[in-house]
Amino acid sequence: METARQLWQERFDASKLRDADFQTMSGIPVEPVYGPSDGEFPGEYPYTRGPYSSMYRSKLWTMRMFAGFGTADDTNSRFKEIIASGGDGLSTAFDMPTLLGIDSDDPMSLGEVGRCGVAVDSMADMEDLYEGIDLGQITTSMTINSPAAVIFAMFVAQAEKAGIPRSRLGGTLQNDILKEYQAQKEFVFPPRQSMRLVRDTIEFAAAEMPRWHSISISGYHIREAGSTAAEELAFTLANGFAYVELAMKAGLDVDAFAPRLSFFFNAHIDFFEEIAKYRAARRIWARWMKERYGAKSERSMQLRFHTQTAGVSLTAQQPEVNIVRTAIEALAGVLGGTQSLHTNSMDEALALPSDRAARIALRTQQVIAHETNVANVADPLGGSHYVEELTDTMEQRANELFDYLDELGKGSMLEGVISGIEENWFQGRIADSAYELERSFNAGRRTIVGVSEFTEGNEEDQIDLLRITGEDEARQRKRLHRVREDRDQNAVDIALARIRTDAADSSTNLMPALIDASKVYATLGEMMSTLEDNFGRHVEVPVI
Amino acid sequence: MSERILVAKVGLDGHDRGVKVVARILRDAGYEVIYTGLFQTPETVAAAAVDEDVDAIGLSMLSGAHLTLAPLVVEAIRERGAEIPVIVGGIVPDHDLDELKSAGIAAVLTPGTSSGEIAQTVASVLAARSNLQ
Repeated sequence: METARQLWQERFDASKLRDADFQTMSGIPVEPVYGPSDGEFPGEYPYTRGPYSSMYRSKLWTMRMFAGFGTADDTNSRFKEIIASGGDGLSTAFDMPTLLGIDSDDPMSLGEVGRCGVAVDSMADMEDLYEGIDLGQITTSMTINSPAAVIFAMFVAQAEKAGIPRSRLGGTLQNDILKEYQAQKEFVFPPRQSMRLVRDTIEFAAAEMPRWHSISISGYHIREAGSTAAEELAFTLANGFAYVELAMKAGLDVDAFAPRLSFFFNAHIDFFEEIAKYRAARRIWARWMKERYGAKSERSMQLRFHTQTAGVSLTAQQPEVNIVRTAIEALAGVLGGTQSLHTNSMDEALALPSDRAARIALRTQQVIAHETNVANVADPLGGSHYVEELTDTMEQRANELFDYLDELGKGSMLEGVISGIEENWFQGRIADSAYELERSFNAGRRTIVGVSEFTEGNEEDQIDLLRITGEDEARQRKRLHRVREDRDQNAVDIALARIRTDAADSSTNLMPALIDASKVYATLGEMMSTLEDNFGRHVEVPVI
Repeated sequence: MSERILVAKVGLDGHDRGVKVVARILRDAGYEVIYTGLFQTPETVAAAAVDEDVDAIGLSMLSGAHLTLAPLVVEAIRERGAEIPVIVGGIVPDHDLDELKSAGIAAVLTPGTSSGEIAQTVASVLAARSNLQ
């Protein structure tokens, strides 16, 4: 009988390693992983210590910086800068109107165009956004949810127009609608109708796009909205189980789509708790996929995740101190074994990041990757009594929340999660946790440097901030009007009519109709309102 | 009877952590608090404020649209012949403060403001208002 170490060693020996010296600064050689021979190892079920046997010895995490502002041209330049300064994946931030599926000339878009991200109204904007970037090489992530199917269709349509077949496109669509109702609140259609669109994108990607991740199940926003670490862990994984059940219900084999699911977690400031959270997430996912959903493929059981440092931990006071917070949070993500990472810029409690602030944020990752040697050893904190116990506690806390949802859904996590949304259970818990944390700050039980204490220096000159003018909004409206004038309106009408027909039949996959409509420059707002005619609109009952 | 505060989200900004926390802070400070829910327009906020006869409005704005939308809320209230002070809370850079003040915004609360400071600001805005009346 081979020991766990031997099993791991065989796989490790078969892995390709990157070209680097794996030793300390003083020349002491270091092993790829440490621990007893009969203990857990990375790349071995249940993957507590990492999804791959060689972890960062084969490949460092992807430094995926989230960017988007103004018009598609502006963001295209920022993308090219990111690639030139060594970023190796793109991540697209869309503005509020795009996130809510309305056009830049909609009255509700007033003042919001290009503010929080890039404005995309039609395939014409997608063409400008990725102009000169080889989408067959660089992977792209798109943070979009309610209109995810439509934006995805525009992305595929523009890439094919540029000569890159859909099968070569690599990247991630966030497409996690459940957390929108729970936390992020950029919803359009009611939950059950939205889940049909999610099913369509999963099916489409499973059939036609082998390099594409159809959902990034996101705890980030749940945490930013105020949840605890254990709630972030539990709600995110519960949403993941819901998507798995959705796809299985649609007749897909679990191993045909589960390897394409990826996760997205927050890296908050409580260093060890965050690391324990990532370790527990991998273990829970592996167990559920194997035991509850009958996955056979290892890829289905290996939880892979993106990390972003915590926006809410940033302060407007003494913004340079945010560089330190971000570095510590990023380090937690790396020691927790993240596959990709976005580091926030120091100025984000004040505005969208300036070029300089965004560059420093990327440099922070590069220091961790190339100077500290922390990437030499997988799960370096595994075996620490503290971290192991905290990992177990995280798992227990999450299990209690799963039990509640499983009961609510009478044995279905899909039903449990949707009911939890409809009953405001998630929303209420997140708001309670946010208020509890605020009270602990105000009771003086927690210190924030530069805010509750150590405020000398708060009055000094502020750093230079990025300014977005109303000109971008006017420019984007003009671009949109030009698109409407130049396109073949008859073709648009036919394409929208087909979306209407396909939407009415819930067994039809909407992706082909959405791609065809994108190709003739139907706008985001036109496609979304056509869908809304059939799906209706979600209205949240506000609770405080 | 306690004073009434309307807290509101205008425009497309879905970030509602702050508005909910502030609503509870004000409720704990003894105010009666009404929350509009998400995705309101300047007109719906003004109408709710007048209908509910509130003493002040708190606008939560984290998407960068404050310079466009906050002045429209003030205008919409004035158009209804009312004088209700509007306080903005959220991500507002220093260089926008003067423009908001001259558009008639009574106070701006930025990240890091404590519960105590929030309650204090509301109290002094309400005091200034009753001095005028």
